[in-house]
Amino acid sequence: MNILRILVTRVFYAAVLLTAVLVLNFSLMHLAPGDVADTISQSMGGADQELLDQIRADYGLDQHFVVQLGRYIGNVLTFDLGFSFFYNQPVTQLILERLPATLLLVISAQLVALIVGVVLGVISAQKPNGIASHFVTFLALFGYSAPVFWTGILLLIAFSLQIQWFPVAGMRDVTIEGGFWVKAVDVAQHLVLPMITLASVFFALYSRLARAAMMEVLGSDYVRTAKAKGLRERTVVYKHALKNALSPVITLAGLQFSAVISGAVLVEAVFSWPGLGTLAFQSIIARDTPTILGILFFSALVVIVGNLLTDLALRLVDPRVGGKK
Amino acid sequence: MALLEVENLRIELTTRDGVAPVIDDLSFSLEAGETLSFVGESGCGKSMTALAIMGLLPDKIGRVARGAIRFDGEDLTKASNARLRDIRGNDISMIFQEPMTSLNPVFTIGEQIAEVLREHQGLSRKAAWDQAIELLDAVRIPNAKGRVGDYPFQMSGGQRQRAMIAIALACRPKILIADEPTTALDVTVQAQIFDLLRDLRRQTGTSIIMITHDMGAVAEMAERMIVMYAGRQAEIGPVEQIIDHARHPYTQGLISCVPHIQKELTEDRPELVEVPGIVPSLRDFGQDRCLFASRCKHLTQQCLDKRPPHREFPGGQIADCWHAEAL
Repeated sequence: MNILRILVTRVFYAAVLLTAVLVLNFSLMHLAPGDVADTISQSMGGADQELLDQIRADYGLDQHFVVQLGRYIGNVLTFDLGFSFFYNQPVTQLILERLPATLLLVISAQLVALIVGVVLGVISAQKPNGIASHFVTFLALFGYSAPVFWTGILLLIAFSLQIQWFPVAGMRDVTIEGGFWVKAVDVAQHLVLPMITLASVFFALYSRLARAAMMEVLGSDYVRTAKAKGLRERTVVYKHALKNALSPVITLAGLQFSAVISGAVLVEAVFSWPGLGTLAFQSIIARDTPTILGILFFSALVVIVGNLLTDLALRLVDPRVGGKK
Repeated sequence: MALLEVENLRIELTTRDGVAPVIDDLSFSLEAGETLSFVGESGCGKSMTALAIMGLLPDKIGRVARGAIRFDGEDLTKASNARLRDIRGNDISMIFQEPMTSLNPVFTIGEQIAEVLREHQGLSRKAAWDQAIELLDAVRIPNAKGRVGDYPFQMSGGQRQRAMIAIALACRPKILIADEPTTALDVTVQAQIFDLLRDLRRQTGTSIIMITHDMGAVAEMAERMIVMYAGRQAEIGPVEQIIDHARHPYTQGLISCVPHIQKELTEDRPELVEVPGIVPSLRDFGQDRCLFASRCKHLTQQCLDKRPPHREFPGGQIADCWHAEAL
């Protein structure tokens, strides 16, 4: 099967899955008591039944559930996710404005966690009882057991307030003037702490898994063969062993992608990172249904794309996955 | 001078119960172009000897405690890691028992062969790849050109073992160590692999050390054999001479274990015998007595008091038994 055909089938499955997500999300939101009319009336200090009905009629909330659902899905097909009553903006625009910030945070954190996790895992697998191995184990345990908001606040206190290496909050410094690179460096400086915070949890998972996978692979027959061929220790470990040990780590990374996104909500809150997480939090409080639905839709989309990429990466690493021949 | 000389080799393994000599006072030599066979039950030290020659004893667990392994006059037990790496896969190479797991699943067969050529002979990528095709052809994999880019999972067990042999012979080694190369294969494939090894030996003049517990394979392949028992040499000598007249009771037991196919099924079948008892545990390996004594029908007090010496016989036969002359 060639890559193109795989892609086409996967995109088809993704579309089916996304539709299911849409229907489910919409139904769940519909089932939950209260709607935007309640919120508006609350913010006005109360309203009578007539006004409530008026608001509901304005927003089409008085119609039958199926009609609402059908209209919503029809709109989504034209990339129209509805209008946010709370922000007074189209939801699509609202989300697209904030999506890059979240993607930047999530992808960089995932990459850092993966690379650092695998490297430390490999080092500790080579000497499972060495000092380095114990240190990595400790670090992983710490990262996994500490809640992200706590880690985030600790990092803030240490590296923004005590030693003022990094800015406290936000994504860019509006007072900074300059070209693209000046701004890129500014964003990078803002990114460091939230990225480390988010990566700390997942680094723990990846390093433990890489260590276990690597220890198993290092004891395998084909590693012995590689040694018997007179290859350098480096080639044996980083070529023959590592490529085999990567598969489980990549699989886990793909599965964790959704967890990274939900982890980002908390991290964004701690660091006032202007991403989807902050938006999600605010719109849930405001009962801004279209925005919540839009965010759920986009996170489903990101997770599906992430899984597709994981699949392709697995195929690159392990020829057995594709069922070649 | 012989190509390989092993002298009074002692290998110690650190186990939970302490240090055990898994190879105890082993001496033998291997001439150029000769095939030497190691025979014995599992755990008698056959594979350990092979790993010691390759310098691949398990880290921190196994070590050469005494003796020498001289390859072309150079003592490998004293060689640096870099020097051993130069020799491994180049002058001395090895094929293993499990062809299903001995090849790396995520690299192509071609790459796994070409890699050795690049490492030891400094061949370019292209030249090494072309050579890999030739080697696959030499080990009789049909359509070598089309199969060179295959992954191990696309090959059968016999083909994988052929690929292993191609890797091992890539640099035209002086010694090929085959550790039970056919144990995991079908009987018909076994015969093909033995044929292949015999032909390749004739073409390249490579010496072969063959580790096996298959007496039939020994008779077919080897000129000389070493029977090992509990880490010690029981008997060494020319294959025909030993099969004809073994002087160690353990060798005699092994030989009488081999079933014979008979032409007439109605004919009286000689009783198939076994060697009674089990191999002593690692803990008992170092004792100053005959380790086979508990399973031996020729047991005398002497066997329990002192370890039997190497007794030499005409034709280069050596047996470690107090009663060797009488047997």
